[in-house]
Amino acid sequence: MADINLSRITKCFGDYRAVNQVSLDIADGEFVALLGPSGCGKTTLLRLLAGFEEPDHGQISLGGQIMASPENNVMISPEDRNLGIVFQSYALWPHMTVARNVGYPLEVRGLGRADQDRKIAEALDIVALGPYANRSPSELSGGQRQRVALARCLVMEPRAVLLDEPLANLDVHLRETMQQAFLDFHRRTGATMIYVTHDQSEAMAMADRIAVMDKGHIRQMAAPETLYREPADLMVAGFVGAGAVLPVQGVTVGSNGNCSVQLGQSSITARICPKLADGLTTANAGLCLRPEDVWVIDDAPLRGQVDDCVYLGGRFRLSVRIGADQTLPVYANRRARIGEQVGLQVNDGWVFDRMSGEAA
Amino acid sequence: MQATGRLRGVLPGIIAKPNGNRSSDRLLIWLVVPVFIISILPILRLGFEGVMVGGVPSFDYFHDVLGNSSTWRATANSLYTAGLGTIISLLIGGAFAFLVALTDIRAKAALVFCFMIPMMIPPQITALSWVQLTGPSSALLNAIGMAPPLGSPQPLYSAEGIALLLGIQHASIVFLTLRANLRMLPREQIEAARLAGARGGRLWWQIILPLTSPGLIAGTAMAFVTALGNFGIPAMLGIPAGYQTLPTLIYQKLAGFGPSVLGEVSVLAMLIGAIAICGVALHHRLLSKRDYRLMGMVGRPLDVKLGARRSLVEMALWTVLVAILVIPLLALFTTALVPAFGVKLTFANATFEAFHEVMFVQPSTIRAFQNSFVLSVGAAVTLVLMCLPLAYVMVRRPSNLTKLINLLVEVPYALPGVVLAIACILLFIRIPLIDVSLYGTLAIIFVAYLARFLVIALRPVMNSFTQLDPALEEAAQACGAGLSRRLRDILLPLAAPSAAAGALLVFLTAFNELTVSALLWSAGNETLGVLIFNLDDSGDTVLASAVAVLVVLVVIALMSCFQLAARRLPKGVVPWQT
Repeated sequence: MADINLSRITKCFGDYRAVNQVSLDIADGEFVALLGPSGCGKTTLLRLLAGFEEPDHGQISLGGQIMASPENNVMISPEDRNLGIVFQSYALWPHMTVARNVGYPLEVRGLGRADQDRKIAEALDIVALGPYANRSPSELSGGQRQRVALARCLVMEPRAVLLDEPLANLDVHLRETMQQAFLDFHRRTGATMIYVTHDQSEAMAMADRIAVMDKGHIRQMAAPETLYREPADLMVAGFVGAGAVLPVQGVTVGSNGNCSVQLGQSSITARICPKLADGLTTANAGLCLRPEDVWVIDDAPLRGQVDDCVYLGGRFRLSVRIGADQTLPVYANRRARIGEQVGLQVNDGWVFDRMSGEAA
Repeated sequence: MQATGRLRGVLPGIIAKPNGNRSSDRLLIWLVVPVFIISILPILRLGFEGVMVGGVPSFDYFHDVLGNSSTWRATANSLYTAGLGTIISLLIGGAFAFLVALTDIRAKAALVFCFMIPMMIPPQITALSWVQLTGPSSALLNAIGMAPPLGSPQPLYSAEGIALLLGIQHASIVFLTLRANLRMLPREQIEAARLAGARGGRLWWQIILPLTSPGLIAGTAMAFVTALGNFGIPAMLGIPAGYQTLPTLIYQKLAGFGPSVLGEVSVLAMLIGAIAICGVALHHRLLSKRDYRLMGMVGRPLDVKLGARRSLVEMALWTVLVAILVIPLLALFTTALVPAFGVKLTFANATFEAFHEVMFVQPSTIRAFQNSFVLSVGAAVTLVLMCLPLAYVMVRRPSNLTKLINLLVEVPYALPGVVLAIACILLFIRIPLIDVSLYGTLAIIFVAYLARFLVIALRPVMNSFTQLDPALEEAAQACGAGLSRRLRDILLPLAAPSAAAGALLVFLTAFNELTVSALLWSAGNETLGVLIFNLDDSGDTVLASAVAVLVVLVVIALMSCFQLAARRLPKGVVPWQT
């Protein structure tokens, strides 16, 4: 096991900067998710870590040992990094049995037959596939195949496990079971895990910390709840969780990280990003409201018109228009007619600089 | 060889990339040099020959050849037979493709398999069997008493006869390209047109034909270029009638005067190469205007219910197959059974003597079997060993250089065989620097085979590497396996079926090859293709037929192997299973 440090990593494909000046520190045993829309550079970052790509600039180290540093002409090849990888496509070798797939890393290392068999059996037991040792991968279901891939990582005793959208090929029901399998794996082994996904709920459910990526940059790296409650910029606010970001004026900074802002005719209290509170301009302030921050209260002063109403099971999600072109997602306990006027009470919100990160 | 030396100096410059330390990049350089020597150097040498007379740049050869009326007569004949043959291919292949791909007729696999046989049988055997079918000396017709009277002309010894057989020989090319296109035609597109109110002729004319035009154009162009370069059929049918096409003109000049006419024949070879290139260029031009990417669910092609007419259609298709495949082969077999050419065959006098003769008695036929076997096995094994690393690098580390190789390897196969043969003679009659001649040895045929069939072996292997998930290799890499270990444990086992298929295809094609070896053979170095041609030429028609029957049996046996193995092979490896 090892901690991972990336320092100002840049990777270009032709003129396109897939990864741009990314720095990242991952602690030993941490579960980190790389989250972002497709093409944001998250898979490239993972492949740089694995050694399948060589960075153009910057330095990657693993447990204090430099893995790649073009400035110093260092490039440790993937086969010498001792990292486990789980691919979206499982990457099981169809011409080998489950047991041989799992044992292949040991075979390459030239481990004795008896030791190999023992470790294979242990690893297959952990992923609950003991009885399948002699099957061929094609006889397994998608979830079982992914667990074989996980067992293959396990026997390597890798310094870290990299997972590249491992659940993307599985159906919804299986995903939850597999998420649990990954978490169990993480708890049992204490391995450093880096998990690439474009699915925020997956990242939120599993990761200790999430790095949100966009256009080759890391926009914010924080614990899931921080990411949700306190997005650093517009991209993160929009990508993580439901909700809306409204441009607001008349921000008055209060104490304890709170502030009051004007919304329509009413003044509401919200939390404010320290950077914004520290005297920077509030001209581009934005208010991030999550659906649960806003309650439908019939006599509340803030009024809006229902544009849309969707039943989610147990509750309704309304799109409520306030002002000319500002729409808020709101949860309600009853169905609302389209066009109906409702009152809204805002209980919480997060004010931040909407232009933050845009210059980069 | 000088050119190669210079190339070696240039290559690292082309390949050098920021991370040029990959072992596969070094591998590439070692692969490019042999590919360049066998694929491109001969063609370059050919171009050089036409413009140099006695070591001085000159267009004298062009003047001589292009000023000769026999050149233009042969060109016109080539264009006429290839053109008419292409139309026949288009009619037969097109009808089969539409009916097999779009309707619910039964036993499609068997139908397709049989329809492929004419393409796989060497052209001189096709010609021989048809000659045995028609004309006054047909053993089959004589046996059933239907032969035309002695002295009546052989109808196939004519331009139209040549065109007919070219058409039959290459119908499967049209069939394959068109069917691949039709397979991609999702039924939703037809259903949408029907919902919009199109029916019958309108549906065909406005929807189906335009959507399949890329396949039709590609098939037509390929059939035309292949017919243009065909030597076996015009040689067997045209030479007795004094009717020359460009390939037979080259052959006759070279056979008559030897290497002294190399300058002239290289101009002729360039001429036929130029026509072929025009055909391919026209095809690309037509196709570039039609980017009909077909959307929708692939794999659910249209399935027209023929209803009561189904049996009728099936019967018609099988009748055509019997006419173009079974009856000619039956005629060939009958001829091989007669005790002597011209003798009327009865059950009493039928004999396998000819088979015994060619397999065990005649030294020349035994030698030809051996030569062809050694050449084809050697070419198959060598090419597959070359193609495995080459395909790996081309698929996994694409660069401008690999794209160039991808084009270059097509050239010796796409150009008519006579062009390649002349090019090889020119280059290898006296190899520069080391002053060794391969001309007159089996080695020159071998090298020409390597050049011509490289692409046949390369494509299936590339195909399988393309379909192979890169993650399979990366997973092994993460497990600590280096390049050689990955090749051995992961890549080779997974590419082996395609490599074997490629090797078998090379064997199948090389075993029957005539055009290249017809110009390169020498006494003692005959191939089977040449042998059949020579036996027939010298009047030993019964022996020629016996050899031909044996070759057909080998072809069908190998094709059956493919058919049986088809399910285990990656998609697109077996040519008729798209």
